[in-house]
Amino acid sequence: MRQRVTRRWRVSRAGQAVPEREAARSVDTRPSDADAGQSGGGKAAASPDGAAGAQGAFPGDAGAGSSGSGERSAADAQQAARLVVVWCPDWPVTAACVAAGVPLHHPAAVFAANRVVACSAVARRNGVRRGMRRREAQASCPELAVLAVDPARDARLFEPVAAAVEELVVGVDVVRPGVVAAPVDGALTYFGDEHRLVESLVGHVSAMAGVEVQIGIADGLFAALAAARRSCVVEPGGSRRFLAPLPVTELDQPGSVLAEFDGCADLVADLVDLLRRLGLRTLGQFAELPERTVSSRFGRLGMLAHRLASGLSERPLDRRKPPAELAVEETFDVPVGTVEEAAYVAERMAGKLHAKLAGRNLACTRLGIYARTLSGEELSRVWRCGGTDGGTNGVPVAARGIADRVRWQFDSWLQGEQRPQSGVVTLRLEPEEVVEASLLQLHLWRGGAGDNPADDDADERAGRALVQVQRLLGPEAVVTAVLGGGRGPAERVRLVPWGEARGDEETLRRGAGAQQEVPTWPGRLPAPSPATVHPEPVRAAVVDRRGLPVRMTERGVLNAPPARVAVDGGPLREVTAWAGPWPLDERWWDPRAAGPAARIQVVVSEGPAAAGRALLLRCREQQSPRWQVEGEYT
Amino acid sequence: MSGARTSTVPEVADTVDAVARLASLPGLTTASEVAADVAGASATGKLLPVVPELEAVLPLRGLRRGSTVSVTGARSVLLALLARATAAGSWAAVVGIPDVGLAAAAELGVELCRTALVPRPGPDVVRVAAALLDGVDIVVVPGGTSMAAASARRLTARVRHRGGVLVAEGRWPGADVELVCTPGSWDGVDEFGRGYLSARTMRIQGRGKSSARVLETTVLLPGPSGGVEAGEHARRLEVAS
Repeated sequence: MRQRVTRRWRVSRAGQAVPEREAARSVDTRPSDADAGQSGGGKAAASPDGAAGAQGAFPGDAGAGSSGSGERSAADAQQAARLVVVWCPDWPVTAACVAAGVPLHHPAAVFAANRVVACSAVARRNGVRRGMRRREAQASCPELAVLAVDPARDARLFEPVAAAVEELVVGVDVVRPGVVAAPVDGALTYFGDEHRLVESLVGHVSAMAGVEVQIGIADGLFAALAAARRSCVVEPGGSRRFLAPLPVTELDQPGSVLAEFDGCADLVADLVDLLRRLGLRTLGQFAELPERTVSSRFGRLGMLAHRLASGLSERPLDRRKPPAELAVEETFDVPVGTVEEAAYVAERMAGKLHAKLAGRNLACTRLGIYARTLSGEELSRVWRCGGTDGGTNGVPVAARGIADRVRWQFDSWLQGEQRPQSGVVTLRLEPEEVVEASLLQLHLWRGGAGDNPADDDADERAGRALVQVQRLLGPEAVVTAVLGGGRGPAERVRLVPWGEARGDEETLRRGAGAQQEVPTWPGRLPAPSPATVHPEPVRAAVVDRRGLPVRMTERGVLNAPPARVAVDGGPLREVTAWAGPWPLDERWWDPRAAGPAARIQVVVSEGPAAAGRALLLRCREQQSPRWQVEGEYT
Repeated sequence: MSGARTSTVPEVADTVDAVARLASLPGLTTASEVAADVAGASATGKLLPVVPELEAVLPLRGLRRGSTVSVTGARSVLLALLARATAAGSWAAVVGIPDVGLAAAAELGVELCRTALVPRPGPDVVRVAAALLDGVDIVVVPGGTSMAAASARRLTARVRHRGGVLVAEGRWPGADVELVCTPGSWDGVDEFGRGYLSARTMRIQGRGKSSARVLETTVLLPGPSGGVEAGEHARRLEVAS
């Protein structure tokens, strides 16, 4: 019986790899009889690709996927390709720290929606965990640096790492910022030994990019990622055995293949939680379940998880090399030299590519971005598209995902250290790997309006029109509104520039049926809200029956009922009805807003025939003018 | 019996003649023609839906694609017009109205994630609105004196060509449908400072360009929940029964 052969690497900052523990057998594993045919076939298929490798072909994939020999059995086709994964632990934190100038030994965490999404090792040692609230995290680690999440920044700063890996290995594939995967086969012909490859990679990446990385080698991306997290090399064909003792929570690691693949982390979290409650604690126990049982009980997501746990390739069918006409290429008369231009171009070309793919019922899982500059430089990078991640504002996720990646790539090219000497004149988007679109569809879980393909079309058309307006007026000019917490009508509304995450995608994905639950706020006025809300409050004067100004007392009541109101220096009008006051006990830390404050509603007569104007007034004792019109019920 | 028949036939014939004569006049449509138009338009997706309470004031009981609607007198009516269409998957954009109350819009049923706002379109509102009409179904622009007649004509033509719906806040030259709103009195407050603003009656008169008839309805807008509710008389009937 073969033993699991692993070797751990602890990577020092100086970039030296130190073997920590060596298993009983030598690492140079000879393929057993069962594997001999397959791995031999892989090598044979890889060698003709060796020449093409320099032009950006991927020998490993060609070997695993669509090699011309039709003799490969179904089981072989499912066998995952052997990959080396370079993993930067806690990349969002590292990138955010570098961008914000926080020293790396300082505890730091990246937050999205007030929850920790990633934290540094120092912070983790101090008790900070993923999913914590900010207050909780700061309580356990008071000196914690709080940083905001920004995928574009992560991608931009990751470019040097990807470039460093690419100098040693051909066919580099950026899984997501922080993780690079590459096929091993091609590199082995040069390095000869997987461990020499690992050693070289560790040293080279640390020296070139100055970041700490962990490296793992295994069959299949999921196993390779898990191996990288443990800094070990799994022998060929040993992925299943390697994964078996790992806990099922491995499926729900931040940005694990599964979460990335489906773009819905909470569903994965639910699944993992369910498995744990069913007593399936390890991946091995889960993998032992018959496939049929899993599919009937856990649906498609469960099937995918089961495949991963069994050490099979994450995609059920073999990858096929896309026919050439799918690529989209454009030549620009005026070289593209700024990120804004690139974003516009990216949007358009991504739409085209998406339309082409959608017409053939295909979805792109790996996207090649190739550019040529005016001075003849060739730039290229391959991105992995999760298929469904990155969708915001209801725009079809695939097209937006493609556009985002092109934009990020331009961002890093144009703002990176090795900036091209001139603008880009030719841009080519090439789907390097496609699968049947139905495999990546999210609609299974998406209720409501999103189910209708006509709606998707409408969403995409609207998105294009809005981007066009952003091009005319700037990205901040087009916004959508999100209702949130707050007391006043203006405070409740948060305006989000088009294209940025609204923060309520979760609700949208769950369907129209699940209305967003806005928490109740004490002191908020009940519906209806004013239909006109002044962006800048308008000054007002409120006087009582004797003509003296109405004031708020310290006890939160008016010193006299309002009798007449003048708006913006206009004439005083009779108050026919009023309501309130609703005291405001907020912003006590802000000296300008401190002091008694309240809102009242008044109906002001506009003459004997006309109906009254209904106004929402706010009074702040310490402010001048004391009364302001916040809104009008028009 | 035969006598009766001979006397009715000419009557029917007279009526048919009279209808035909009337229908041949320009600007007049028979009820059956209107009904056929409505059925045809909504079946082919040329009609964007509105909330049932507002159907009564629109000649086609919905917003016809390619048409222009002007709303004067009340912004809440304008927002209520967007509600059903955005909820059903259409997109809306509000251009050049920075003080629109979005909490009120949400209460009226407008789907905010499909409502884009361009609060400050700069000097060239027409260009922005025209760009939006390429992909957005309903575009709301300020009308009245803030829009020059030539710009208004350009936009109207653009709408007709692109198949969107232009909703103008204020008067609009050549609007296909004009809604004139007269806000009534507020419910829920009194002169002693009790209660809170809860509901308001709103009289809405709709006039189509192609028909002389004035459609009229009275609704609660906003109603106690913030949305549109059936008019006060309807509510009273409900209470009585």
